[in-house]
Amino acid sequence: MNILVCIKQVPDMEARFIPNADGTWFAETGLAFRMNDYDLYAVEAAVRLKEQLCGAPEVTVLSIGPDRAVEVIRKALALGCDRGVHIRDPYVTERDPWQIASMIAGYGRSRNFELIFTGMQSQDRGSAQVGVLVAEQLGIACVTTIVGFSWHNGTVTAERELEGGTRGVVRLKSPALLTCQLGLNTPRYPTLPNIMKSKKKEITSLLSDATALPGRLSSVTGFIHPERNGSGLVLQGEVSELADRVIAVLKEKTTLLSRGGKR
Amino acid sequence: MKTLLVGECREGRLSDSAAELFGFANLLGAESAMVLVGASDDLPCFEGRLYFADAREYGEYNPEVHKRLVLKAVELERPDAVVFMHSSYGWDLAPRIAAAMRSAQVSSVTGIESDGFMVECCNGKMRRTVRPLTPVVVLTLQPGAFSGLHTDGVPDMLMIEADMTSPVEFVRYEPPPAGGVDLSRAAVIVGAGRGVGKKEHVELIRELAAVFGGEVGASRPVIDAGWLERSRQIGTTGQSVSPALYVACGISGAIQHLAGMKGSGFVLAVNTDPDAPIGELADLFVVADLVQFLPVLTAKLQQ
Repeated sequence: MNILVCIKQVPDMEARFIPNADGTWFAETGLAFRMNDYDLYAVEAAVRLKEQLCGAPEVTVLSIGPDRAVEVIRKALALGCDRGVHIRDPYVTERDPWQIASMIAGYGRSRNFELIFTGMQSQDRGSAQVGVLVAEQLGIACVTTIVGFSWHNGTVTAERELEGGTRGVVRLKSPALLTCQLGLNTPRYPTLPNIMKSKKKEITSLLSDATALPGRLSSVTGFIHPERNGSGLVLQGEVSELADRVIAVLKEKTTLLSRGGKR
Repeated sequence: MKTLLVGECREGRLSDSAAELFGFANLLGAESAMVLVGASDDLPCFEGRLYFADAREYGEYNPEVHKRLVLKAVELERPDAVVFMHSSYGWDLAPRIAAAMRSAQVSSVTGIESDGFMVECCNGKMRRTVRPLTPVVVLTLQPGAFSGLHTDGVPDMLMIEADMTSPVEFVRYEPPPAGGVDLSRAAVIVGAGRGVGKKEHVELIRELAAVFGGEVGASRPVIDAGWLERSRQIGTTGQSVSPALYVACGISGAIQHLAGMKGSGFVLAVNTDPDAPIGELADLFVVADLVQFLPVLTAKLQQ
């Protein structure tokens, strides 16, 4: 049994983003990159299934990106994936979801993965398209936004997260692609022995072939920092003074502190 | 321009978000038709074509079956845009429709630009414009981004049919756990976000909430980390709240969280990142480390 996990390297979202020269995406200078949060759950789901099946499945982790993307592949290997595939593409940020999905489907097509796990979306683009498009291009079943997963003899039972906290339970047979929502499981931390072991694991490096890519279906302009619509007051400074000013504003703008500091 | 709006129905109830779809079509100045796998006794009211399949026959959402039905409506209507909400229904189904049509999809649209559609990115901190390069575009709309339009009338019903085989079988709905905290009536809610940092710091949130006689709420990462019980989650997949005062502590303000608390009266945000999108809704934004700031605020409020 072969399992594929697709992961993406994204910048830390706490960062301050500055547009690049052509204004289509962020400039990378000064950004720290790490694994997309949603993908941590995808890695964990695959590794847990491998453990459930006594180590039988081979878990391949794939990432597309410039040279730095190899860092998240190494992390996934330290978390228990068996082998890595790095599709090197320095122009990855210019690819649209259809093209990204084509690269993944192109890799997966002849390799008969029984299950493919992805994050439900990336934190930077957040289109929530790539996973579904991979499944559509491969012609396999797909369930998105899963917060529950179980596997029994080739049958997947998954819980989709719906609005209002309701879950939709679905059942399907492999091959299938599942996109993982936060909270699906509790992702583990890499341990030192596993980090050491992962250094011996193989990472296949493939060069993305731009000539084999389908044309893009959309393009991007105008990556900007939104203007604040909020007319809110911003306070900075020493905490004691800040607290006094907050209380003064609350007294003025709300009725909550009108009776001796308590409602 | 013609839009085909994709309505949503769960357990026999038409989703209220249909009004936002009509509002968006109106903003585009587009003619609109709708496709719905729904209930015949809860239909949208508008003047136009409604491509309809009865959910009593086709069941609850099944991606493969709904894909065929929507594609049937696309074939008959030949729209310039197929428009979904960016919901668990929309983000699941839209890419399947886009793939079948080889069309561009633009996800979670928040605005219309001259050269494309505005979307949020980088956890809501940035925006960008996506321009479709295909003749037909598939869109999903960010809930709350477009005002709902109240429509009247009786649509022309066109029944659609499709093969019902599917690799995915719908089993059941699992309701959210009962017996949780009802935050909807709280006058003050102090919300804990990822910036709380660790479980012990949740106590600082509780202490502040206690001073106000209020409740403790949380954004998703805090719930997922197990620092607070799931019934305290505020946002799209949790509760919607509208307290007189909402104190957002270490909450960056992901759109899913904002959707659950934007009805709050006064919003006080405490965050170390002055760019955090919560600033969009905050009446007062304190740039500070909550671990240092909250105990001082709580002590002063107690005096």
